[in-house]
Amino acid sequence: MKPKVAFFDFTSCEGCQLTVVDSLQTHLDLLNAVEIVQFREAISERGEDYAVAFVEGSITRAADEERLKQIRAQAAVLVALGACAHIGGVNAIKNLAPMDDVRKYVYSDKAEWYATYAARPLSAVVKVDAFIPGCPIDREEFIRVVKAVLLGKKPPIPDYPMCVECKLKENVCLFHKGGFCLGPVTRAGCGAICPTYGDGCEGCRGVIPNPNLNSMKGVLDEHGLTADQILARMTMFCAYDPGQLGK
Amino acid sequence: MNINVHHVTRVEGHGNIVVNAKNGVLEECRLDIVETPRFFEAMLRGRPYTEASHITSRICGICAVGHATASLRASETALGIELSEQAWLLRKLIFFGEMLDSHVLHTYMLVAPDFFGAGSVLPLAATAPEVVLRALRVKKLAGDLCALIGGRHTHPIAMTVGGFTHLPSVDELKAIRARLVDARKDMDDTVALFKTLPWPQFTRETEYVALSKPDEYAFIDGTITTTDGGAYALKDYRQVTNEKCVEHSSAKHTAHKRDAYMVGALARFNVNAKQLHPRAQEAAEALGLKPICTNPYLNSAAQVVEMVHSVEGAITICDTLIARGIAKEQLPKFNGRGGAGVGACEVPRGILFHNYEIGDDGKITGANCIIPTGQNLANIEADMRALVPQILDQGQDKVTLALEMLVRAYDPCISCSVHMLEVKFV
Repeated sequence: MKPKVAFFDFTSCEGCQLTVVDSLQTHLDLLNAVEIVQFREAISERGEDYAVAFVEGSITRAADEERLKQIRAQAAVLVALGACAHIGGVNAIKNLAPMDDVRKYVYSDKAEWYATYAARPLSAVVKVDAFIPGCPIDREEFIRVVKAVLLGKKPPIPDYPMCVECKLKENVCLFHKGGFCLGPVTRAGCGAICPTYGDGCEGCRGVIPNPNLNSMKGVLDEHGLTADQILARMTMFCAYDPGQLGK
Repeated sequence: MNINVHHVTRVEGHGNIVVNAKNGVLEECRLDIVETPRFFEAMLRGRPYTEASHITSRICGICAVGHATASLRASETALGIELSEQAWLLRKLIFFGEMLDSHVLHTYMLVAPDFFGAGSVLPLAATAPEVVLRALRVKKLAGDLCALIGGRHTHPIAMTVGGFTHLPSVDELKAIRARLVDARKDMDDTVALFKTLPWPQFTRETEYVALSKPDEYAFIDGTITTTDGGAYALKDYRQVTNEKCVEHSSAKHTAHKRDAYMVGALARFNVNAKQLHPRAQEAAEALGLKPICTNPYLNSAAQVVEMVHSVEGAITICDTLIARGIAKEQLPKFNGRGGAGVGACEVPRGILFHNYEIGDDGKITGANCIIPTGQNLANIEADMRALVPQILDQGQDKVTLALEMLVRAYDPCISCSVHMLEVKFV
């Protein structure tokens, strides 16, 4: 019997689920390996007997925690799909300002109609078994993780910095071109796609487990840059900090 | 009758349809938007304008190129930055790619299953494989076109203020052009397929609003034009949108001269049909579309017309770029003077506005984004209120399906639309 798989989303752009749909262009036989029983964005069926749940998005209001806990209770394997689910992603930028100010700026005197709290990754609410990093996820990496999950193996997510992949692509280092990049401390696996297209890494795949901070500092010093600049850029995708959860 | 569709499927984001009717009288009819609020405008404050397009493209995975475009046009207008001819051509080319990508997703994968009695496109892979393979082929072409210019479709990388950080080669343009030419056959087959669909017969007069330009079918920039008469410069967009909070929706509603107006492919068609590529005009004729068309279900047919237009438009731009060659261009530098600006474009679902104020330090001090789906919500509800009494005697299942299909026809992008705001520029 094919394993039953479901897709869910919370606060997000749904771009990672779209990337899943797009992966069918090259991997249509994926449909022979799994049975998709729920995927609101793409299908009307709503099966509740799934074994694997892919969950996109951050949790940004208390009312959504219950739904996520139900998914967790049903799924044998819960996979965080993309940066919002994995590390909070851009949603956590709002955590940097007082939440009342954020709500009033957008909804003015009607702010009390719209509940929200500090954005957080899924792992702040439930146990997460595996994650697929990135904003959006990489199509090929998604396929690799699905294979690993189906085989009961540990998903092959790199824990070395993006610079490794950038060097393999033979890109000229952006620091040498007067640019600015989070590659030295960011998790690889995207094929260094941003530097390859002329832009610095923005850190959407999160910080690697043991970043070489001395080396990062050396690179900054060499190019007359400061740690503050790096930290400011890191707040695009990595603004989430467990200390914000009181908000 | 009591209909409560919790989380309408095959749409982007979370919306609920609520209908209450007693003894043949409609008591309540709403589209509740229950998506979590997202607060992008608040998040932009204090960030360098150079990050804005990369942050706001994350509003939507489907129209990421559209958000990037509106964002960049807002910054460029605010800072007085002019685009080169080459940069304009590339902006338009990637935009055609996204229009094609989004429309093929919506028409084939989200709308068509209703006409085949299927819950999704998945069963069609077995029963009508050629249709599914065609959809996947066109979607891949559209995605590859976007990737060629922007690095990827969802959250493009190379689009930046003043131009591009990466350029395609002429050889790459030639290769994608050849695939676009091959896609003409797929477009013919698409028109042939969709003209056989039994579109629900329902009409309701409303106001249609779209950007327009004197020299082309407008997708980026232009004048805000409405079928009720009236044209507005982009900077006056608030005179058209008049946003207001409604309690059952985390996305604000809008209204212009009537209680509601419609944006999107059908609105663009109704305002600008004469400027479509001749092949797209032929497609419209084959599909039985004539301006002013007041059947909202035919928004999907208008999307098919725009798919044809986008393929032809992309071929024309490839030809121009191949003939003139690709030149490396210097990106403009920030001159230390901030300002305010409005950027607008016709994303697949209708007019999108981004409005930024940028300080002399290059940081954003105020931001407002108005999303097409937010603009359509009041119109969808007006359609629902007009439609339900006409079909109330058909029973709950048919009314439910008709309403779900109506909501889907608008191609709503709900996670986009829930961060509307009252503008308070600092």
